[in-house]
Amino acid sequence: MKITEKLLVINKLGLHLRAAAELVKVANKFKSQTTIHHGIQNVNAKSLMGLMTLAAAKGTELEFECDGPDAKEAIAALKQLFEHRFGEKE
Amino acid sequence: MSEKIFHGVPASGGIAIGPAYLYHSQGLTVSRRKLKPEEVEPELKRFQEALAKTRAQIKGLEEKAKEKLGEEHASIFSAHQVLLEDPLFTEDVARIVSSDHINAEFVLHEALEKFKTVMASLNDEYFRERGGDIRDVGNRVLRNLMGKGDKEELKKLDKEIILVANDLIPSDMVNLPTETIKAFCTDVGGKTSHVAIVSRSMGLPAVVGMQKATMDIHDGDLLIVDGNKGLVLVNPRPHIIEQYRHLKEEYVAFQKSLEAFKNLPAVTPDGRRVTLAANIETPLELDEMARHGAEGIGLYRTEFLYMNREENPSEEEQFQAYKELAVKTGDHPAIIRTLDLGGDKFLSHLNDSEEKNPFLGLRAIRLCLKRPDIFKIQLRAILRAAAYGPIKIMFPMISSLSEVLESKVLLQECAEELKHEGQVFRSGIEVGVMIEIPSAAIIADILIQEVDFFSIGTNDLIQYSMAADRGNESVAYLYDPLNPAILRLIHMTVEAAHKAGKWVGMCGEVAGDPQFIPLLLGIGLDELSASVSVISEIKKIIRMMPYEKAKEIALAATRVKTSDEVFEIIRDNVPAELKAILF
Repeated sequence: MKITEKLLVINKLGLHLRAAAELVKVANKFKSQTTIHHGIQNVNAKSLMGLMTLAAAKGTELEFECDGPDAKEAIAALKQLFEHRFGEKE
Repeated sequence: MSEKIFHGVPASGGIAIGPAYLYHSQGLTVSRRKLKPEEVEPELKRFQEALAKTRAQIKGLEEKAKEKLGEEHASIFSAHQVLLEDPLFTEDVARIVSSDHINAEFVLHEALEKFKTVMASLNDEYFRERGGDIRDVGNRVLRNLMGKGDKEELKKLDKEIILVANDLIPSDMVNLPTETIKAFCTDVGGKTSHVAIVSRSMGLPAVVGMQKATMDIHDGDLLIVDGNKGLVLVNPRPHIIEQYRHLKEEYVAFQKSLEAFKNLPAVTPDGRRVTLAANIETPLELDEMARHGAEGIGLYRTEFLYMNREENPSEEEQFQAYKELAVKTGDHPAIIRTLDLGGDKFLSHLNDSEEKNPFLGLRAIRLCLKRPDIFKIQLRAILRAAAYGPIKIMFPMISSLSEVLESKVLLQECAEELKHEGQVFRSGIEVGVMIEIPSAAIIADILIQEVDFFSIGTNDLIQYSMAADRGNESVAYLYDPLNPAILRLIHMTVEAAHKAGKWVGMCGEVAGDPQFIPLLLGIGLDELSASVSVISEIKKIIRMMPYEKAKEIALAATRVKTSDEVFEIIRDNVPAELKAILF
């Protein structure tokens, strides 16, 4: 199964090192491969180094593409992570 | 061998001449090797072993950093651990080694280089700087693969070198062989970066923020590092080297002449004694202090405990930090300033709403009084640590009497709680306030009734009095310590304290500026607190400046109308031998 969803970075610090590490942890819980498309960039959501190259500040919209048996659950979990600002207060 | 000059940030004074030694590139010349089919399995195993070794090293560094540099410096290594679990390390390298039959170091090196290029091209400074973290982890794996060990070769250096690096992060500084290093140059960093503080404490010159030094300096290049001006000369011509040899000798002689003052008191030729103390920003600077002959700490900033982290420091963590301070300063007093965040040092997890005007907003004591739950943790930790040495407490950004009273009530509450709990603490700690808002200077006579001392914070006092942000170039000209309005506020503060039989100090940047010392002496300040590196020089000036003459200067300065006239009064009235040094 392949699902695509656009998620918005709403936390103040953007997808900084710690937030990106959280994203990697969530993505790793699922079997599905998750790819993030941003402009011409495509990075593996399970790669912290890849995420760093996105330099995604607050307000950046990222397109997530999950491919695999648990794609639906993976997208839901990622969506929640973004909405909860990676567990940050602002 | 072409001659080049680089400009950077002068992070630690002094001059050094010697060969360049590139830190990260050293020993990491990676060559490509085609593997025979039977070599692939052992190669994969070798790579896995290097990863395992790296994991263990990072874990070890994390613990070492926790112990030597504190919890907040250690958190970077937990991010390094997540980086190490990146698919690049755990999957990609092994896959390419298996499919292309190429040695693991080459595959990894290629991949890291690609990342380096991408990261360096990013517009956002934060993300660009993260390239350093990735390189740190990647190079560590490479070193382990190549059997280079944990940067061991640096420890074995047998000749003196100038260390050139993109950045020196805490893990580097923990292990440096200080005997053979003569100076530091780094691409990144500012005056308060880690390498700057550590090099100052080691007394070695450092130029940081050189942008791309590591790309243009090669191993073995002859370098001149001028840590006073922030210059690095690469392969200079012989007559330039000769010139710098002279400068270096002069500088060393000057420093030597200052050293003579280290153990002498800060007393004028006619017997006026002032206390010369140090401003401390991080605990790393505590060791520098004694070396420069400071008599205690006039300003111990506590913000470092709260910065770069998600949660507030616990009482225990703060207690340990303040106790270390008490123990290290011995019999000398140490003034701890309570949390001064907000404004420029924005603390994301404490301040929940964005302010249009943070410098006029909820910062320092205002924030603390609004959040007594957080404030009391700090007050308790300070009271407990004060049992180990003469610690005093100082509240920042006081603008009215009620703030002083409220703060004292909270302090009293904490003392009673501690007593009730049977904890060891000191009752009757000396309490002071910063005078850095004009309203506080104007009611200094009222405030002094409630406190034991004042300390004038010039940076904010000037900014708030002149309503000028000195970081704003178009109005920075208004930031003028000699403006008669500022001098009047200082006079009022000193007079109010002395009338009440109490002492008054100054801990702003003005107190560390040699040219202002004669005037400040004359105004009657009892204590001057400045950054560690200028203390010896200020002591030298005090010991050359007769107090009677200084008082005349201060008096004359009250009778003129402009700061230019004040400047001329100082310049034309200091003793000739002092004039030669200052002007």
